[in-house]
Amino acid sequence: MGIFQSIKMALKSIKSNKLRSALTMLGMIIGVSSVIILVSIAQGSAANVTSQINQLGTNLLTINTFGSDLALTEDKIKELSKLNGVKAVSPVVSGRVNVKQGRTSSQVTLTGTNAEYSTVRDTKVSNGRFITDLDLEYRQKIAVIGSDTASTFFGTENPVGQYLQIDGTSFKVVGVLVSKGSSMGQSGDNVVIVPLSTGQRLVKSTTINQVYLQGQSEDQMDFVMNEVEMALASMYPNKSDSYSVTNQQDLMDTMSSVTNTMTMMLGGIASISLLVGGIGIMNIMLVSVSERTKEIGIRKAIGAKRRDVLLQFLIEAVVLSGVGGLIGILTGVGLGKLVSSILSLTVSFTPSVMVLSFLFSLAVGVVFGVFPANKASKLNPIQALRYE
Amino acid sequence: MGKPIIQISNLMKTYRLGGETVHALNNVSIEIEKGEFIAIIGPSGSGKSTLMNMIGCLDQPHSGTYLLDGKDIGKLNDNQLATIRNRKIGFIFQNFNLLTKLTALENVELPLLYAGVSAKERRERALEGLNKVGLKERAGHLPTQLSGGQQQRVAIARALAGNPAILLADEPTGALDSKTSKEILLIMKELNELGHTIILITHDLAIAKQANRMVSIQDGQLQENGGELVGNLPIY
Ligand SMILES: Nc1ncnc2c1ncn2[C@@H]1O[C@H](COP(=O)(O)OP(=O)(O)O)[C@@H](O)[C@H]1O
Ligand SMILES: [Mg+2]
Repeated sequence: MGIFQSIKMALKSIKSNKLRSALTMLGMIIGVSSVIILVSIAQGSAANVTSQINQLGTNLLTINTFGSDLALTEDKIKELSKLNGVKAVSPVVSGRVNVKQGRTSSQVTLTGTNAEYSTVRDTKVSNGRFITDLDLEYRQKIAVIGSDTASTFFGTENPVGQYLQIDGTSFKVVGVLVSKGSSMGQSGDNVVIVPLSTGQRLVKSTTINQVYLQGQSEDQMDFVMNEVEMALASMYPNKSDSYSVTNQQDLMDTMSSVTNTMTMMLGGIASISLLVGGIGIMNIMLVSVSERTKEIGIRKAIGAKRRDVLLQFLIEAVVLSGVGGLIGILTGVGLGKLVSSILSLTVSFTPSVMVLSFLFSLAVGVVFGVFPANKASKLNPIQALRYE
Repeated sequence: MGKPIIQISNLMKTYRLGGETVHALNNVSIEIEKGEFIAIIGPSGSGKSTLMNMIGCLDQPHSGTYLLDGKDIGKLNDNQLATIRNRKIGFIFQNFNLLTKLTALENVELPLLYAGVSAKERRERALEGLNKVGLKERAGHLPTQLSGGQQQRVAIARALAGNPAILLADEPTGALDSKTSKEILLIMKELNELGHTIILITHDLAIAKQANRMVSIQDGQLQENGGELVGNLPIY
């Protein structure tokens, strides 16, 4: 008997035992769909984190300073910007300031920086303009505000051209930033950006907290990082504890190794339910073998070979787990989408995970189908015929 | 007559039940010619079904030889036995043994399926078989939708489907009323006239008498012409 006939026969037998087949598949459906849901959630959050880090640009170096004994002056920063492979440098002073407009007042993160900040950190204005070098030179009391800050103080009005009180001083709003969304729990839209010189006066400190360096290309970053570290070491001997240089790529590598571990763990947990589904298939196939002893006896009496009976049961198991796997993929994708819309989580479905979990469910069908199928094929026809 | 299709000599089959040994078949020898209609009669537990399982290649003897069409059955493996059952033997059981989930037509097709016959030819031959037993219009019915007599006729059509040399019927009328039994016997007689070799197993003398030859079995031992069971009643 051909394999095609065996498949047809298995399908028929599955169809004629709908409840049993549905229950058998349930284990597979739960297993496959939980693999897909959990992995897609894990991968979704991984993609989320990666895109947030990527938003900052992968050719970005950050110098963080601790304490005030480093005295990173503008000259030193200029020196850094002249290093090979460095495209732009943006120093930052930051602090919390009180912003007031009419009766509204609120604590906002203040960033004092230069014109380069816009390219280095990829912050664009949706309305008005960004800070220019002239603003720094003339210590202009102008501000570029985040979209949240804009709506807090000006509602739907156009903020450009209006004034804000920052720690008691009046600042003219010249631009509104494009919304960035929240990044790692921090809103990037509730900010006020002012010229570096004005910012230093506002936070009453000349200490530069951070310097962003943009490299010319991604593949030079290791070299640039080396350069910067060496330059800093020669500028500030024995003060290496007062600053740190981080590479965006390093951060990304760390994050992706964390999320990979998370994906593996969740996938592993879900695979256990796949395994349990497989054992369910074996159970039901075993029950079905004894339930169908008589049928097997009849089939053997009229000429079914061991191979025919083996194939019939094996194909049944594989079809059950395969169809269960397919339904599981659909359920998993459906539930994943539902979960993502209800909990506003990012989910990302990877075809390879679907294919893999489907193949896994097929394999489970084969592995756990072999034992009952073998048992069925070995039944003695006479005893099977006597069975009631 | 030519060479016998079935040659059985000194066949033994014993079962051990607890400490007791049961000789289900005790030194049985018989030859059956092609085209014969033979009845094997015996009381319950005498070894009839055991003999039928032997002849039908469902079982193998502990000792003795069985030549079917000149082939030594004792030397065949499981797969070869399955092929012989499929090609050379048609079984008709007391309790019909149809597959309840399959229609009459699919039941009849089953031996052809295992023989590797193409779907189209299978269908044609199965329908033809159902037609022979007068059930063509019931092809799509499930066994549960058929009467006992109709089920047995489907079983006969199934046994005939592969055009086997031998029809083996183990108490085929045991579960049927006397009127339906007569119909079934009539079909078997017709089949015999068409050239099929028929081995009919029964415990009913009236039914056994329909055959052209009768042997009796008791405690696993075979006797020609019905032996003491039928006394010296002439059969022919
Ligand atoms: N599988 C078996 N195990 C043990 N004893 C058996 C088995 N099959 C048949 N027998 C015994 O062999 C004898 C003949 O049985 P059987 O051929 O079924 O008789 P019949 O069909 O004539 O009623 C009986 O005594 C029965 O108990
Ligand atoms: Mg019997």
